[in-house]
Amino acid sequence: MSEIVVLSPGLLTTVQDLGREGFGPLGVSPSGAADPVSLRIGNRLVGNAESAPALEMTLLGGTFQFPQGAKVALTGSDFGVTLEGAPVQLWSSFEVRPGQILRFGPTRSGARCYLCMRGGIDVKPFLGSASTHLLSGLGGHEGRALRKGDVLKLGRTGIPACPLPSEAAGKVPCLRRLATKARERLAPRKVLRVTPGPQSDWFPEASQQIFYGSSYRVAEESNRMGLRLEGPAIPEGAHGEMVSEGVSLGAVQIAAGGHPIILFVDQQTTGGYAKIANVISADLHSLGQLRPRDEIRFERVNWESARRILIEQEGLLASEGLIVDDLSVA
Amino acid sequence: MGMEGKCKARFERASDQSLLVYFGQKITVQANEQARRLLRLLELVPIAGVRNLHPAYCSLLVKFDPLKLRYEELEEQLNGLLRRSEEIELPQPREVEIPVCYGGEFGPDLDDVAALRGIAPRRVIELHSSRSYLVYFLGFVPGFAYLGELPEALVTPRLATPRKRVPAGSVGIAGNQTGVYPFATPGGWRLLGRTPVSMFRTDREGLSLVSIGDRVRFVPVSQERFAELGRA
Repeated sequence: MSEIVVLSPGLLTTVQDLGREGFGPLGVSPSGAADPVSLRIGNRLVGNAESAPALEMTLLGGTFQFPQGAKVALTGSDFGVTLEGAPVQLWSSFEVRPGQILRFGPTRSGARCYLCMRGGIDVKPFLGSASTHLLSGLGGHEGRALRKGDVLKLGRTGIPACPLPSEAAGKVPCLRRLATKARERLAPRKVLRVTPGPQSDWFPEASQQIFYGSSYRVAEESNRMGLRLEGPAIPEGAHGEMVSEGVSLGAVQIAAGGHPIILFVDQQTTGGYAKIANVISADLHSLGQLRPRDEIRFERVNWESARRILIEQEGLLASEGLIVDDLSVA
Repeated sequence: MGMEGKCKARFERASDQSLLVYFGQKITVQANEQARRLLRLLELVPIAGVRNLHPAYCSLLVKFDPLKLRYEELEEQLNGLLRRSEEIELPQPREVEIPVCYGGEFGPDLDDVAALRGIAPRRVIELHSSRSYLVYFLGFVPGFAYLGELPEALVTPRLATPRKRVPAGSVGIAGNQTGVYPFATPGGWRLLGRTPVSMFRTDREGLSLVSIGDRVRFVPVSQERFAELGRA
């Protein structure tokens, strides 16, 4: 039985997979990785199913020891990670030998870094998912962020790990990495593409111009429930009564005072604010890499473009050449 | 259900992976029943590619996989289901009693509500526990039931500044709604009391104490009874 020992947890480190869909009637939000593209790639780098549970770190990473060793990959943002003091590369897999220590620092790029380990993390699933929902204290490791001294088991998630091509061929396991071109194409965006929200016509032309013409700053109090934005207020026009309704991931709701909030992975399942726009599916992973004080803008696209962009992105993620054996570094 | 009060369903795109079905724009029992009927139909006759459902007062948000289902196809399939809306039986509503210890530290807003409405705090308790409420839907956080509607004499706006942390089990009111906070969360409802009963438990069949369409009645209990029930 392999384990990972938390020597220090970092600012906010949780177990996440691709979340739990289908429990909206109970008020349960999907949760899951804030940057699912990074999680999926990290899992593939170590030969896991894309949905295997991994550790999501936020802004400042932790320090972890692997008493029995592990095959791991780091994806997402650059947290200046070192293995026994030697820098290791993002977006590639490598072996950690028994007893070695992996140390994460503060971010040098976006908000989140993923530590994916071969076999995934063995926590008791809640409604079919290992994801942590912090507000309700459900899922993940005891429903909470990791603490110093926690020990998590690896490699018994029940999710079949695919054999790595190099292992299957009987060769010495080599490093694998994300193809450079794919990495560029999947880089998180600061210009978020949106489609109109269900109440977009409640906002007069002048308000639309403010929304699409201004840049907004991500506020400090943003979290996995929602990203609060600071910038020019967006006034609502005259309209009917707003009755609470189901809200979708990436919805841009305009709260009291005219300030936008983007609903995120740990979102409330229903809400009573008008939504001016919704981030397109293909750009949702970019939200997971936004840090407080980042400047963002919104760009309107039509329904067909939103669909085409998603199909292209998923095509890239499913492509053979996404991950390559990296013999040069082995 | 008869045809009176029945609204034609209206579709609205909410995002590139979700669609809202509206049954009117007002909180009515009829519109809510139509949302519950469509929810029930989608549970009994699932549409391939539908990932999640978020019922609310008079609408249902349908989340789908845009790679498996086109919006136009979904709309067509939903229209097919809506034509069968009257055929299906809704689950038999359960009558759920929730014990509440009103006032004091458990209900810090009881006296304010009484003052705002010009009635005695004792009368607030009587009125709040005087009727059974419909569970319109669960939302916000796991197991949070939106219950209505309150007796007119208790209708009070939510707090101007929400509390940063409302203790789990707190029973609150806002507008003509009432509800119980299942977890310690931020919240802006005015708190009348607290229940020792868990609204959402992972070791229980169905998880949530109440389901959409159920009826809820609040039963006043003493501090001693609250403590006993809390230990049970």
